[in-house]
Amino acid sequence: MSSLSLTQAINAGLRQAMEDDPKVVLMGEDIGTLGGVFRVTDGLMKDFGSHRVIDTPLAESAIIGTAVGLAYRGFRPVCEIQFDGFIYPGFDQIVSQVAKLHARTHGKVRMPLTIRVPFGGGIGSPEHHSESPEAYFVHTSGLRVISPSNPQDAYTMLRQAIASDDPVLYFEPKRRYHAKGDVELNAPLSAAPPMGAALVAEPGTDVTLVAYGPLVRTALDAASAARADGISIEVIDLRSLSPVDYAPIMESVRRTGRLVVTHEAGKTLGMGAEIAATITERCFNYLESAPVRVTGFDIPYPPSKLEKHHLPDLDRMLDGVDRALGRPNSQTGMED
Amino acid sequence: MTQTRHEPTGQAAMKMHQLITADGTRVHDELLDPFVQDVDRDALISLYRDMVVVRRIDVEATALQRQGQLALWPPMLGQEASQVGSVHAMDQDDFIFPTYRENGVAYLRGAKFPGIMGTWRGNMNTGWDPYQLNMATPQIIIGSQTLHATGYAMGIAMEGRETLAIAYLGDGATSQGDVHESMVFAASFQAPVIFFCQNNHWAISEPVGLQSAVPIAGRAQGYGIPGLQVDGNDVLAVLAAVRWAARRARTGGGPSFIEAVTYRMGPHTTADDPTRYRGVTELEEWAAKDPLSRLRTHLANAGMLDDAAQAGIEAEADAVAAELRDACINMPDPEPMTVFDDIYAEDHSVLDREREQYRRYLASFEGQLGAGQQVQGSAS
Repeated sequence: MSSLSLTQAINAGLRQAMEDDPKVVLMGEDIGTLGGVFRVTDGLMKDFGSHRVIDTPLAESAIIGTAVGLAYRGFRPVCEIQFDGFIYPGFDQIVSQVAKLHARTHGKVRMPLTIRVPFGGGIGSPEHHSESPEAYFVHTSGLRVISPSNPQDAYTMLRQAIASDDPVLYFEPKRRYHAKGDVELNAPLSAAPPMGAALVAEPGTDVTLVAYGPLVRTALDAASAARADGISIEVIDLRSLSPVDYAPIMESVRRTGRLVVTHEAGKTLGMGAEIAATITERCFNYLESAPVRVTGFDIPYPPSKLEKHHLPDLDRMLDGVDRALGRPNSQTGMED
Repeated sequence: MTQTRHEPTGQAAMKMHQLITADGTRVHDELLDPFVQDVDRDALISLYRDMVVVRRIDVEATALQRQGQLALWPPMLGQEASQVGSVHAMDQDDFIFPTYRENGVAYLRGAKFPGIMGTWRGNMNTGWDPYQLNMATPQIIIGSQTLHATGYAMGIAMEGRETLAIAYLGDGATSQGDVHESMVFAASFQAPVIFFCQNNHWAISEPVGLQSAVPIAGRAQGYGIPGLQVDGNDVLAVLAAVRWAARRARTGGGPSFIEAVTYRMGPHTTADDPTRYRGVTELEEWAAKDPLSRLRTHLANAGMLDDAAQAGIEAEADAVAAELRDACINMPDPEPMTVFDDIYAEDHSVLDREREQYRRYLASFEGQLGAGQQVQGSAS
């Protein structure tokens, strides 16, 4: 067991995957000599060479598109998109090519790409550096979308993503990059929870609070704060956004009768909308109140001096929990 | 806004390499001649036969579309020399990344008609195993495949293999950002890739002069890639030019760009009406440069093709067309549940549930499930 930051855990996951399979290659801007702007790939070019840790020209569509060609050739590329807001130039290759080639070829051609995306806000960056574009990719069939929230999951889920024969969008919660945690580096992957599994991060009995990536830590803090008020929150770490593992969420809601979903992305057509709708369809008779979403606003990501207002924090989550419980809250008295 | 230009005008014309003129005369080209020294009578006849067959396929498919048997067809009429010459220059190990128009290339690579026609009839997205033919699926998104070819070629280079990837593209594709990025990557990593651009002069209704102010092959040098312009209606010249690029790729010379100057005689697709955007005189001008007639004249003048041989080739083409028609009209509709197949390589729980719900829904029409069962089964 080692104590690693989230970046160190990802680095260790990349290293292990490259040692395990010579067909694993890394591609991205500045990932070689510099080790990535977040140093996630630090030292890998030195140890594996520039043929396996490829510093690419600055062209996101080409990073993804040439990875498609490499996958055709039998490689397992791991692409780094430098920041969330830079993924859009590569969007067409992801949704039109990466996502569809397996179906288009009736299963003959596999696209075992992993696309790493540092995402989310809270680090005081200028625009295009703090976005949460996950819903675009969740909406596209053929892709898997995952987001770890802690170093252990970051390590194992990355290795699972690279080993998967499906393309995986791996959203890294960059504001948690320096958070440390214990990581079991030598446990076999087969012993780890499946990549697509949602897990109960903290058990509770009154409200089910679903979070993923950067907000899991905030949700756990909210649960601790609520406990002081006698409210028991069950926190579920979604981990996989596509597919969503509904079984543990349904099991939880059937016990608590109340659901709150939280994410940094805007509310409209986000993960919260999807989970609230599905749980309403499948658990309607168990719900004591309407599902609640605690999300970012439907706005372009604001200047960093204002981002604390946009990002759901502990108090906004607790306000949402109060709404689910029918307790007085900031929206009390609003007609809708 | 300036008036739409037809031909690129921003730079003096490039030398267009040619080995057989429009009137069937064999001419010499210092660069290309060494690459066709082995092409004897049999090889020339083979090129000719393939062009006749490919044209016959195109005519038959166009007719099938007009008869309502195909949803759409992208004619290759006029581009036979570019398709046949280029594919003849490839080894079977070389990997082809085509557009949607390379149906002649697919046929010559070994694709079967149910597979080729299924795409255009609406039965399937692609009808061949890319690894059996070493040929990717037809690419509809313009220019996307140039990146795939470049990436594949980067992989070849990493493995140290002496093979290559070839990307087919049209003149319109050269306006796409992906094509620019592919050439940047190809040059940066010296990937063994050939960019084979068929300049057929029209991107649906837009003339090539709208896509490029300079000869298209001239763009390549800006990336550090040799660019060659070849008469795309001269099958021997196309064969030689692609062999030139292939030798560069196989010997560590990196990427090459070939502009095959040809002409699309038909519409962009059968959904298109070219009489709205181009004139009759232009068609007549290009008809005089026809790729089949010039090689037929050349062969006849050299005493290599008599009427009997010509008739034999045409009979062979007719037989291929009959096979195509039969495969097309007898193709069964796909089973409904196959819409869920192969979306993922591994199980996907949300999709699995949708599949099961639809299976039960369909079964309810067949009386295999009572209405109550169906509601109960899909309600949770």
